[in-house]
Amino acid sequence: MPRPEPGCLRDALLRRLEGDAARPGPPGRLAGPGAEVSLGALPGLTQLGGARDALAGRAVLIATATQFCAAVALIELDGLAGRIVLAPPDLDRDHLPEILDRAGIEAVVTDPDGPAVLGQQAGGRLVCPCGPLAAAPAPAAPARATEWVLLTSGTTGVPKMVAHSFTGLTGAIRPWPVNAPPPVWSTFYDIRRYGGLQILLRGVTGTGSMVLSGDEPVADFLRRLAREGATHVSGTPSHWRRALMSPAVEGFRPRYVRLSGEIADQAVLDALRAAFPEASIGHAYASTEAGVGFEVEDGLEGFPEAYVGRTGTGVELRVVDGSLRIRSARTASGYVGADGTALRDAGGFVDTGDMVERRDGRYHFVGRRGGIINVGGLKVHPEEVEAVINRHPRVRMSLVESRRNPITGALVAATVVLHPGEAAPEAVKAEILAACRGALAPHKVPATLRVAEALAVTQGGKLARPGAGPAREVARHA
Amino acid sequence: MSTRLTILSNMKQIAEEQDKTLPALGDQTVLVESGLDSLCFAILVARLDAELGVDPFTTAEDIVFPVTVGDFVRLYDQAVLDAAA
Repeated sequence: MPRPEPGCLRDALLRRLEGDAARPGPPGRLAGPGAEVSLGALPGLTQLGGARDALAGRAVLIATATQFCAAVALIELDGLAGRIVLAPPDLDRDHLPEILDRAGIEAVVTDPDGPAVLGQQAGGRLVCPCGPLAAAPAPAAPARATEWVLLTSGTTGVPKMVAHSFTGLTGAIRPWPVNAPPPVWSTFYDIRRYGGLQILLRGVTGTGSMVLSGDEPVADFLRRLAREGATHVSGTPSHWRRALMSPAVEGFRPRYVRLSGEIADQAVLDALRAAFPEASIGHAYASTEAGVGFEVEDGLEGFPEAYVGRTGTGVELRVVDGSLRIRSARTASGYVGADGTALRDAGGFVDTGDMVERRDGRYHFVGRRGGIINVGGLKVHPEEVEAVINRHPRVRMSLVESRRNPITGALVAATVVLHPGEAAPEAVKAEILAACRGALAPHKVPATLRVAEALAVTQGGKLARPGAGPAREVARHA
Repeated sequence: MSTRLTILSNMKQIAEEQDKTLPALGDQTVLVESGLDSLCFAILVARLDAELGVDPFTTAEDIVFPVTVGDFVRLYDQAVLDAAA
C-alpha cells in the first residue's frame, strides 16, 4: 500500500533520507556562506533550543538575517507551528507592525541580536533568537498542516501576504530519477521568495545538496558555486545576464540552468546556450499567487499554444483579455489579513496580470498589465521592446520605460548596457534603432536611446522598473 | 548651432527615421502639412529637450500652439532665452 505523501517539510526530509541510504554518493548538505550542515543530521537538531516546542500551534514570523537560519527554521517549524510567515530580506521595517498585526503573529524567530534589534517593534511578542545548532529530540506533537505565508514584493505600500500549503508548494516537484547523479541545487534568489523557496524545497525534499546565495558580489557567488560543484541553478534573466558579464562565470559548469521571474527572451536563452553548451536550459512560469504554472524546455522563448486549455496535467491555463490565468492545486489559497481581496475568480483561476500574445504557434509574454506605456493612445509593453533590443549582440541588458511627453502623453525611452566591442557606441545605437524600426510599430521604437554602465536590479533579482505601481511579485518559476 | 538649425536638422532626421517625406521647410510651412505626424512631433520635442535643455510645451503656462515652422522656431527661441535669463 503506498504511504501517504509527507505532510510537512520535516517528514519529507526524513522520507528523502531513507531513499538516500540506498543511493551512492556523498550525503546531502545545506550550505550557506559561512554555515553548513548535513541534511542527514538536521532532523535531530534545533537552533531554537527549548523555545522550539513553545511555538507549537503558534503563528510565527521568521525574520532572520541569513537564509541559512531561515531554511533551518522552516524545517524545524513546518508541521509544528500553526502559521509561518517568511519575511523577505528587504522587508521595510516600517511595515513590520502592520505585518505582525495582520498575520496575527505570536512569536518572531530572529537572529541572536534580534531581541535588541526588534525592540519595541515586537510589541511584547515572544522573540526566539536562533542559536548554534544543538541536538534535540523530535517534537512530541504529531505534525499539523502549517500554513505558509509569503510576502509579495510591491514597490509601494505594505506587501500582500499570500497563503500556501506545503502540499501546494511542493506540487510541481517530481521524484529524482533513481540512477541520475544527485544534483547540487542553488539559486540566485533568496529562498524567502517564491522562486528561491521552490529550489530550497527541491534541495531538501528531493536528493542532493542545496547551496544558498548570500550578500556577496555576483563574482564571489559564481566562484562559490564552482567550488561547491553546483549543478542545477536558477535565477531571473537579470541575474543570469549579470552572471554572464562576470569573468568568474568561466569556472562554473552547471548541468541545468533555469530562468524565471521575468520574461526569458530568446537573446538570453541563446546567450546561456552559448555559455553553457553542455547544460540544459529551461525557463519556468510561476508567481507567488498562481504557484508553479509550467516549464519550457525547448530552448525557445514563450510557450507552446497547446499548453493553453490542455487538461490532465494538474494545471489549467486560459488566456482572457490577453492575460494569462492559471488554475491548479498549487495556487495560493488566499491573501492573509486582506480586506476581502479575492485571489482567485469564481472559477478558481488566478489572473496573473501577465499579458501574452499568440504568434507562430506559441504564446509570448509581452509584459505586465500595469506596465503599459501609452503613446498617444497606442499601447506599448516595455518588455516587447526590450526583447528586440536584447537581440543585438552587443547588448547585455536593456530597460525600456515611459517618458512624459506633452504631445503624446508618453514616449518610449530606452537605456542599454553594452558588452565591450569594437564598434563605437553611437554606431551600435544606430544599429539597435534600425533593428527596432524593422521589428516594431513606429510608436514602439524608442524615441531616445541612452547607453549606461549598469542598470539597477531589485533585491528580488528583477530589473528595477522606475515608476512601476504596486506590482505583485511575479516569480515565473518552478 | 542655432536653435533654428537644431530644429530643422532634427525634423529632417526624424522624418527620415519615420519614413516621412518633408517638403522644403520655410517659416510659412504649416506644421500639420509638413508630413510629420504627432509621434514625430513628440519625438522632436523630446530630442529638443535633450539638445536645447528646454521644453516650452511643458514649462509655459499659457501656450499658444505653433501653427507654422516659423512659430515653432520662435517658441523655442523664446524658451531658450527665458531659460538663460
